Amino acid sequence: MSTAIEFRNVTKTFHGANYSAVDHVSLTIDEGEFITILGSSGCGKTTLLKMINRLYEPDSGSVILFGEDISTVDVVKVRRRIGYVIQQIGLFPHYTVSENIATVPKLLKWDKAKIAARVDELLTLVGLDPKEFRNRYPSQLSGGQQQRIGLARALAVDPKIMLMDEPFGAIDSITREKLQDELLNLHRNMGKTFLFVTHDIEEAFKLGDRVIIMNEGKILQFDTPEAIIREPADPFVQSLVDSAKAKEAFWRAYL
Amino acid sequence: MIDLILAYFRDNSGRFFGMLDAHLRVSMIALAIAVLIGVPAGFLCVRWKRMQKYIVGLFNVLRVIPSLAILLLMIPIMGTGVAPAVVALVLLAVPPILMNTVTGLGGVPPFMLETAEGVGMNPFEVWTKVRFPLAMPMILTGIKTAAVEVVASATLASKIGAGGLGDIIFAGIGLFKTELLLIGGLSVALLSLLTGLLFAVIEKTIMKHRTV
Ligand SMILES: Nc1ncnc2c1ncn2[C@@H]1O[C@H](COP(=O)(O)OP(=O)(O)OP(=O)(O)O)[C@@H](O)[C@H]1O
Ligand SMILES: [Mg+2]
Repeated sequence: MSTAIEFRNVTKTFHGANYSAVDHVSLTIDEGEFITILGSSGCGKTTLLKMINRLYEPDSGSVILFGEDISTVDVVKVRRRIGYVIQQIGLFPHYTVSENIATVPKLLKWDKAKIAARVDELLTLVGLDPKEFRNRYPSQLSGGQQQRIGLARALAVDPKIMLMDEPFGAIDSITREKLQDELLNLHRNMGKTFLFVTHDIEEAFKLGDRVIIMNEGKILQFDTPEAIIREPADPFVQSLVDSAKAKEAFWRAYL
Repeated sequence: MIDLILAYFRDNSGRFFGMLDAHLRVSMIALAIAVLIGVPAGFLCVRWKRMQKYIVGLFNVLRVIPSLAILLLMIPIMGTGVAPAVVALVLLAVPPILMNTVTGLGGVPPFMLETAEGVGMNPFEVWTKVRFPLAMPMILTGIKTAAVEVVASATLASKIGAGGLGDIIFAGIGLFKTELLLIGGLSVALLSLLTGLLFAVIEKTIMKHRTV
């Protein structure tokens, strides 16, 4: 299996911060893996993700995609090959649903018929009826529907790598479960490499083939959910696992 | 009075529409030039933050000069006629357009810009596909404010020989004819209202996504 993403000793410190948002991180992700990134607010998850599509440049170290150091590739080209779902959803309010999904195909100058067919295909894929939704504006959608459109937009040109920054942030737990299952299905059928940021431990363990646990810019553990639960590498990870177990025990008491 | 007004229109409708035409023409030329100056200047201010101080400062100084004073100041520089009137009206119309362009372009939230970059837009595409469209309501409001001001102030432009509806009003003052004052005054008022209305309609058609 080939390597999709590699971080070599990457550090990023923001101006005026007294610790690094991402601190000497090295990691390797294989093609087709579903990786979740778990950590509390401000620990550097978004920063790590944004260095993959060069929204942020590392201060030192390098990021390598499919064997290519991305600092040597045209930044616009890098980004058009990567699907990105931003933490704030970020649909363009002046575009309809179909125009939002068609953003990158249009930039790549696909012909109209191909774009229209792709939009309908993607809407169906994320579970929304094309006829009903394609001409709406984002302001006419619920939060969950907006997040599905954000996902569809990121998938539009079939990127090999998908970066998702808390895509299910503002969603009730029932819809969230459903979206998680749909996402797992998508991943199984598409063979893409997924990076998925969350601060919800159940979500991270349910979705990830492997989970990255971060704190204060450092990776504390990067392993399968089973291995992390069996052998937490660090007191912080231990406390995370304990808190999840405590929650589990809370619910068990009512069964 | 009504009779006098009707009589005026019976005998002078040709002249009236001539003056209306001149009024609209001066206003539209001035507004068009002001848009061509104000919007690019606003863009420069946002794109290169350091220029903002100078450009906005310059127009703020020009703005505090009363429009009549600007009109009269134009006479020694450019003489009389349409050209100096247009220049004076442009100076009047640029500040609201400039300020609203700066506010509109600067007010696009950072995450929206980051999304645009994140999906792979180049800088030019970020400006044309995201920043300007999102700033458009604000820019249009600025143009509307400017248009109403220009239509009203073009009345004064007749003082320096640019013609327009001001001619009727000043004739009315000179000849002590109240009906002329009424005709001129009401026409200008109506014209300002219509200008505002026109822009409201334009805004509605362009900004579909805002109204829903
Ligand atoms: N553009 C920026 N300029 C300055 N500091 C930043 C910037 N972006 C992030 N930071 C800082 O870097 C650290 C890591 O931020 P990051 O956004 O990566 O956290 P996160 O793990 O994604 O948090 P959250 O779960 O709240 O989204 C924080 O301390 C944050 O304040
Ligand atoms: Mg974040």
